[in-house]
Amino acid sequence: MSVISPAKARGPEASYEVGVSKVRFVELLRASLGSLGQRPVRTALSALGVTIGIAAMVAVLGLSESSRADLQAQIANLGTSLLTVQAGSGFGAGDGTLPADASTAISRIGPIESVSSVVTLSDTVLRNSEVNAQATGGLQAAAVDLSLLDTLNSSVAKGEWLNKATADFPVVVLGSVAAQRLGIADVGSGQQILIGKTWFTVVGILKPFPLAADLDRSALIGMNAAATYLSADLNPSTVYVLADPAYVDDVRKVLGATANPEHPEEAQVSRPSDALQAQLAADSAFTSLFLGLGAVALLVGGVGIANVMVIGVMERRGEIGLRRALGATRRHIRGQFLLEALALAGLGGLVGVGLGSLVTVIYALSQGWGVVLPAVAIVGGIVSALVIGAVAGLYPAVRASQLSPTEALRS
Amino acid sequence: MSAGVAVLELSDVVKEYPGHPPVRALDGVTLRVDQGELVGVVGPSGSGKSTLLHVVGTLDRPSSGIVRIGGNEVSALSDRRLSAARSRLIGFVFQQFFLVESMSALDNVATGLLYTGAGPVERRYRAFEALSRVGLAHRIEHRPTELSGGEQQRVAIARALVNRPAIILADEPTGNLDSHTGQATMDLFRDLHAEGATIVVITHDRELAATLPRQVHIRDGRIESDERTRAAVTQ
Repeated sequence: MSVISPAKARGPEASYEVGVSKVRFVELLRASLGSLGQRPVRTALSALGVTIGIAAMVAVLGLSESSRADLQAQIANLGTSLLTVQAGSGFGAGDGTLPADASTAISRIGPIESVSSVVTLSDTVLRNSEVNAQATGGLQAAAVDLSLLDTLNSSVAKGEWLNKATADFPVVVLGSVAAQRLGIADVGSGQQILIGKTWFTVVGILKPFPLAADLDRSALIGMNAAATYLSADLNPSTVYVLADPAYVDDVRKVLGATANPEHPEEAQVSRPSDALQAQLAADSAFTSLFLGLGAVALLVGGVGIANVMVIGVMERRGEIGLRRALGATRRHIRGQFLLEALALAGLGGLVGVGLGSLVTVIYALSQGWGVVLPAVAIVGGIVSALVIGAVAGLYPAVRASQLSPTEALRS
Repeated sequence: MSAGVAVLELSDVVKEYPGHPPVRALDGVTLRVDQGELVGVVGPSGSGKSTLLHVVGTLDRPSSGIVRIGGNEVSALSDRRLSAARSRLIGFVFQQFFLVESMSALDNVATGLLYTGAGPVERRYRAFEALSRVGLAHRIEHRPTELSGGEQQRVAIARALVNRPAIILADEPTGNLDSHTGQATMDLFRDLHAEGATIVVITHDRELAATLPRQVHIRDGRIESDERTRAAVTQ
């Protein structure tokens, strides 16, 4: 092997052109990553702050989006076109009932898909005659139209719903809560319950009504049965109206006056899905709060990185001096340390995004929500980590670059 | 004195450090080193020889006077071009070696070319050449901690050689070595000198300097004497 002397290669005629000092970006990156890899524990600990901050922010955004999506799906599923008309009660507000022909009048409004009236009965609902009559368990009896399940878009969990035949007889269908409180888990074995002084046979148990919780606690019987066996007045207390989704607001405006033309001010019109919408709004308020807390954690993480970088610059004076002696410019040194801070924060951000996503997935699945990971959280998480890294690394990097080489080499 | 090509020229160089009173580390130094010379700069500690090395190595700028490396006047160069001058024209050998512990000997030598813009393949090839030249071709994959002190210093010398510098500046290169390996290191410098390299060795060791063809004695920031013991320039 012929070994040329490097020194000899420069002959007397060689020019001593200075040129400019240059280094490939990859080399700076390698130097930065190499130095992080040399101190894995310190690297991990100093990236931890940013990791926690980013994880918190991603999880907050992910969870709130998942929960919003779930609520929105619920709202979409239930529809926002269900309206209720309730009779006002109290002094000057009505006697708690609407005119008997309210539902007929309402069904004449054009864009309406289904109408159902509910008559609240004063009779008690008891498991049997031995039970103390005061221990109603918060249950009530109600006479309903057969169209109720269509209007509320619900169905039976067990047994069957009332039909034209059974609505005339002492037959009852229980709301989900009512069935539970009465201790009736199944139908078909001819269980009977006592409404007022009449025994009614249970033929069905309903699924919960998300938009009409009152009915969950009710024992529902047919209108004719109520009139026949309980001698009830059939003035509805509530009318459920399923409007054409395109005309909900129009229907809403005329509903009160239609239901109770004499005293339209006594008819309270509301939209049950508004409660869910309000929940959506409340959720976003909390999201901002937690996002702010995540941002504070991120900021503290940035301070941590700046701190570690400043210490690193002091410790690595020898390396800085050597690099300067080998031809690194101030810019190269600055770039190397800045890249190191960026890599540190970027690493923290990446792990944070992963962690935040994991938390989102686990929690959302445990809640039975669909998992939504907003792109803005993932991209934003990494970008804000890098911004924090750049800010945190700037001062140490500038300090490293301004170290005089002679001072740096004095060890 | 034959008129060779000047690699290094100092003209009335003064370096003052601020203080009360200001410390004058270099007090009017005029020195010329020609291509192919092997020069020992000798002086006791505090004589200003380290400051001289820093000024000559462009790590520090003089307070006044002119420094020229390969004909380039240092005070006229920006940080970028000054750094380039270090990466292309100067090879440093330090007393403390300054090797990176986590890198192999080959990669340590290759860092000597990092700021010249050379690609990785060329860097490693030339690093291998330089390591071969200092007799460490069989140790290229070893880490600094796996090498003896003398071997570490030879890796550092290979790093100084790898960019084919106009001048090699060695700061107490035998300071951390026992006398035997120190001797071997000096023999290596003499070999490189014989092949045409320009080398300035800074030392406090008069005996060691006496073995070199030219000795510049420095004291209190001034050159006391400048002697040639052999016809070194003509070599």
